Amino acid sequence: MAPSELASTTDPLAQSGGWPSFVADWSSDQRAFKKVPWGKAMMWVFLLSDTFVFGCFLLSYMTVRMSTTVPWPSPSEIFALTIAGEKIPLILIAIMTFILITSSGTMAMAVNFGYRRDRVRSAVLLLVTALFGAMFVGMQAFEWTKLIVDEGVRPWGNPFGAAQFGSSFFMITGFHGFHVSVGVLFLVIIARKVWRGDFDAERRGFFTSRKGQYEAVEIMGLYWHFVDLVWVFIFAVFYLW
Amino acid sequence: MQQAAQQTMQQPMVRSAHEAQAPAAPHAEGQQQHSIGIYFKIWGLLFVLSTFSYLVDYFHIQGYLRWTLILVFMILKAGLIVAVFMHMVWERLALIYAILIPPLLVLVFVALMVFEADYTFSTRNLFFSTGP
Repeated sequence: MAPSELASTTDPLAQSGGWPSFVADWSSDQRAFKKVPWGKAMMWVFLLSDTFVFGCFLLSYMTVRMSTTVPWPSPSEIFALTIAGEKIPLILIAIMTFILITSSGTMAMAVNFGYRRDRVRSAVLLLVTALFGAMFVGMQAFEWTKLIVDEGVRPWGNPFGAAQFGSSFFMITGFHGFHVSVGVLFLVIIARKVWRGDFDAERRGFFTSRKGQYEAVEIMGLYWHFVDLVWVFIFAVFYLW
Repeated sequence: MQQAAQQTMQQPMVRSAHEAQAPAAPHAEGQQQHSIGIYFKIWGLLFVLSTFSYLVDYFHIQGYLRWTLILVFMILKAGLIVAVFMHMVWERLALIYAILIPPLLVLVFVALMVFEADYTFSTRNLFFSTGP
């Protein structure tokens, strides 16, 4: 039996949409996530677990910030940059945010062109996404250097106020930056596969030995958008609080 | 708009934007194919919302208004990314609920930690304050 037959939703309940389809899908045999390639479903499950990891980081940050009796350092001033003799608050973080959003846009279009089997455009857009990601990591390295070398921020203390600022900052942005770096690496790998036509020729992957499909680009996209999504939360609760 | 985008792209196969409207071809199972236009719109919206949340800090808005604005812009941005860029609005309800409900339960954890942090703060004030 073809896999598509297994996944087909012949049950009238499943076709109805809404709550009955939810119940029918979850109580059916073999596959709960119909019409979803399993690689994509598994990426979603991974992202869910990653959500909990980042959720715990942000929660612990919230807890230490609310419970300290020492004033919290002002992110608005710490992350200000002096451009052309004028001190602009939080400008570096704003630029990083725009870069990451732009990379998310190019990623979404890479997925779209991939499904249209426009190999060249998809690969180029993936590389552009990787480039924006690398720019983001570069700016983060600049930010860390400025904080550690010039301003003496350490995980156990800093000259501005509450000691927990350093540990929260390095833990949260470090883990996010690591996710971006891994994403850039995989973007380059997927771009190479798209460029070479692996997904047109269904060439088997070197690690999984599965036939190459353009859904790999969408799965890559899910991860990349998630990295952007986490940054939205970090930007709001760490930098703007 | 959507048709124009498809024509300029010279798409080999014209597919409906929603799988629910027309049954997809067997080989196209699970593929997410939408017009380019919607990505540009969402992209623009994300830029505008990010600018707004930056301006909240730039103009030093304080108090509850700051909190409301920051959280509203955050949730709108997160929603747009998950719904459109991650194609969640076009997925089946079984996947949507499986992925979106568990993170919502984290809010219970948040509430617990707010109480805990308040308690720690008050005991620190009580026993460690250096005031007169």
